[in-house]
Amino acid sequence: DFNERCAQCSEVNWGLTDGGRFYCRSCHNVTERTREVVNTDFASNTRVQTISKGSRKQEKHDEGCEWYVCEGFQLVLKKQAEALEALGVCSQMKDEILCNFWRHYLQKSKQAYCNRPAGETVEALSVCDSSTDVDSEPERPSLLRLLSVSESEGDLQTDCSFASSTTKMSESTSVCSGSVDGSLYLMKNQKEKLRMTMPMTLSFCYMALLWLREPITLSDLLRFVVEGHIPYLNVFQHFPEKMKLCGLDLKIFCVESWPAYEEVFNKMLELAAFLDLPRFPDITDSCFLHPDMLCMKYLMEANLPDELHNWTCRVVKKTCIGEVDFLTLVPGNKSTRKVKYDVLAVALIVVVLKLLFLLDDHYEWLLSDFAEERNKNNKEGGPYFEFKKWYKVIKCSLDVEQKKLDEERAKYLWRCEKPLFYSAKKKSKVLKRRQMVVSLQNQFGKLSGSVRPAEKPNPSSFQLSWSEENTDGSCFHGHSLKGILQEKCGLLTAVNPDYWLCTVKLCTEKLCGHLAHYREVDFPQSYHFILRLFSFLLKIQPSYIHDEVCAIEQKLFHKKLCKKPKYNTGLRK
Amino acid sequence: SSHKHKLNFKRSKEACLSYIQDAMLQKQWKRAAEFLTFYTESLEKDYSREHISPSEMIWRIGTEILCHHSHSSMKEFNSFIEQMKTLGVKRYLKVCLEHAFHLLCNGLIDEAYQNLSLAESWRFGEQTVIQDKEMKLIQAYRGLLDYYSWSKQKNILLEHGQDGFEDLSVEQEMHSCFRKAAVNLKEIIKIPGVWDLFVKCYVDLLEFYGDHNEARQVLNEYAYNSKFPANPNAHVYLYQFLKRHGESKKSLISALKILHDIVPSHELMIDFNTMLQKSKKRKKRRLGLEVIFAALDYAGWKENVKAWSCLARQMKQIVISEKHLDWIKHEWNSRKDWWPAFHFSRYLAKKNWQENESLSYEKALVAGILLGKDCKYFKYVSHQGCKARVKRFRILKKFVNKHNPVYLRISG
Repeated sequence: DFNERCAQCSEVNWGLTDGGRFYCRSCHNVTERTREVVNTDFASNTRVQTISKGSRKQEKHDEGCEWYVCEGFQLVLKKQAEALEALGVCSQMKDEILCNFWRHYLQKSKQAYCNRPAGETVEALSVCDSSTDVDSEPERPSLLRLLSVSESEGDLQTDCSFASSTTKMSESTSVCSGSVDGSLYLMKNQKEKLRMTMPMTLSFCYMALLWLREPITLSDLLRFVVEGHIPYLNVFQHFPEKMKLCGLDLKIFCVESWPAYEEVFNKMLELAAFLDLPRFPDITDSCFLHPDMLCMKYLMEANLPDELHNWTCRVVKKTCIGEVDFLTLVPGNKSTRKVKYDVLAVALIVVVLKLLFLLDDHYEWLLSDFAEERNKNNKEGGPYFEFKKWYKVIKCSLDVEQKKLDEERAKYLWRCEKPLFYSAKKKSKVLKRRQMVVSLQNQFGKLSGSVRPAEKPNPSSFQLSWSEENTDGSCFHGHSLKGILQEKCGLLTAVNPDYWLCTVKLCTEKLCGHLAHYREVDFPQSYHFILRLFSFLLKIQPSYIHDEVCAIEQKLFHKKLCKKPKYNTGLRK
Repeated sequence: SSHKHKLNFKRSKEACLSYIQDAMLQKQWKRAAEFLTFYTESLEKDYSREHISPSEMIWRIGTEILCHHSHSSMKEFNSFIEQMKTLGVKRYLKVCLEHAFHLLCNGLIDEAYQNLSLAESWRFGEQTVIQDKEMKLIQAYRGLLDYYSWSKQKNILLEHGQDGFEDLSVEQEMHSCFRKAAVNLKEIIKIPGVWDLFVKCYVDLLEFYGDHNEARQVLNEYAYNSKFPANPNAHVYLYQFLKRHGESKKSLISALKILHDIVPSHELMIDFNTMLQKSKKRKKRRLGLEVIFAALDYAGWKENVKAWSCLARQMKQIVISEKHLDWIKHEWNSRKDWWPAFHFSRYLAKKNWQENESLSYEKALVAGILLGKDCKYFKYVSHQGCKARVKRFRILKKFVNKHNPVYLRISG
């Protein structure tokens, strides 16, 4: 670090201004010396300035500073990583994994910009070089080795040309955006370069979480975002004052919709391939994301008997979907279907329920009546699981929760205090409007009567919870499946001998986007109900779960399906 | 619900709006207010392509809620409306006008007047031209309020009599109100439309100051100008005016003729028939019969004694004179299939006799002539009447018996 004595007060007590210059903390004397290398932490302004950059304009107007779009995204990612850390994710996520992914991305994408100075590329490289020593985890391959490959590539522009290009840009783009390259960002066809977007920040987060095999599924992550635990909507509020947003920046940073699961997931895959990442760390059967583990979670949440877990494990074994090679992500490998861990787990449960209860709107109720009869005489041990009782409890809760959710969604507030305007001309109008909105909210808020609940719920992995301590019998975890099982040749099998396939043949996902086409009217109501339950928990459309169910079934009954080419509505197991 | 999981600003606000609407339909004003608070941020988004903009929604919904909510006050309402006025310049005058209506409904006449005056003085470039219609309405309603003041002052003067100096200022003010009112009312009724209230008030003013010609012209225009929508009231007003001024029967009849064409069930049809019956012209008397039959086609007239007595009188006269029975035949032709059940059922005979003797008397006469002495209605009522020893029923019975052959000629 900088160890010279201050010219004014002779102290050695240096700090860094936002502009990257050293200043003396004792007498506030600002020097012309700037830091050559950015430190490994995220800082609000990672623009590195070399010493000779005197010609660059620091401030365009008296308030703002020049900032590039990627700096904005860097801030967003930083905030999101901090939030995840607060939720319990390990700190490596922010300081190493996400950070490195980001830098790698910057390098890979920025090189192709023709007006972009390669100056930034140089910085990224130099930064990573200095931190190669830090990375010593044996499991994770050294990403940074990859980065160093490009050290020799890319030509370094001189400082003068860099300075001139910035001035040129800032003149032409100052009207259109607060950021220097806002308009450029949106104009260029970014398909090959994988342009950064707000939804993509979540893809980054998920990718990092997956790399670390953290116990957060993608649906959990997206739910935390909607609940406000992870900054996404209006995250630009946290940009420093000097980073002014206007014009086209709004198109980039302001979101007016929640990203869908598919969108974030697919982008993540694209990103992983773009960054040429190697095979991700193995998902073994001790990982949270392994179906054996995840099924347990969802079984609990769905208030289903614990005993069903044996069955999910059996199906996992039979279909080989618990294999480490099946579950682990290998980016770029186009031939394998990528695993959505949460969807897979719930689909597994659906298949198991079909195996045991058939779910043809008839048999499951029969079984339930049978179990009810047996329960009357059952004095010892736990009660037998009755589908009917479970259905009533779940339906009731689901309807209540769905209603709450629908109302919450209607009450969602999208805007925030920080005003956004396309141009300085519109500023006063925007501010006036904001004032009026606040005033109206106050006026009608007083007439609302009820107290504003407003507090966001504490983040929880579980949306529905059931306690065995409840004496009303509404918790089914401990219930026994004995009523619907029988012993054959030492193995417990289901009393139900039949099974119906959701589809005989899978569609080509690449052509029509789905493996099967789900229409509620074509399937039994019980089946639809189950899908609806898990669809609510994961916040995805039932058809996605249905697709996954079809895929599992195809694997499970593969042999039988190969033998019998004729259309089969039912299948003997 | 397939897109339930795709949530964006637009859908979220649409959902919010439907919650507001549901709450309003169920009169849950607190809940409606609650959801409205979440809807208001729609103002910050550009909806220029939508049919109804959020600002209009908020204005309309907010007004409804504030009207009905138990905790809202006039003061709050006014402050809300002032905000709404600043929201959309294209709607400014409309909001002002509706605000004035609301104040009037709450009895705040002076405030309404102030609002209308303020709105009248509003100028905003080409918007003033575009919102010309609303401006005219504002001026018209202000004129109406001026009329109202005038009317009050007139009543004061009439109470005190014509003497007294202290009345001079009242009189002067009265005249000034008249001038202001007249100017605006005259303007609005020039535009084709339904302006019943304005016309009435204007005519009232003109009559008071003795300008009968202008009044007649205004009423004629209102009734006969084809550009104006067909309006029965226009003819009623004209008729009433002509009657007040003792115009000839001929002009009265011509005024009511059109009313009969438009609204055959109008209550003035009795007056009309009465005038026509007395006419010397055959055509007019025939029209009279047509008019009264037509009125009694309507359920609302079923128990109208006056109407039945008009019909009875005319029919009796025709039967006695034995002239123009074909008139009755003609009118009865299209009615003989349904009038018996409609007017002359046994049930109605009993009911009418029990509830209204005069009604049953008149109807029995008509029934006796049209359906003969053996018809249910006549038989029952006359029998009852005779049993009760009411003199006129005995006379009635004799009359119908005597003229029974007439029935045969009518029905044949």
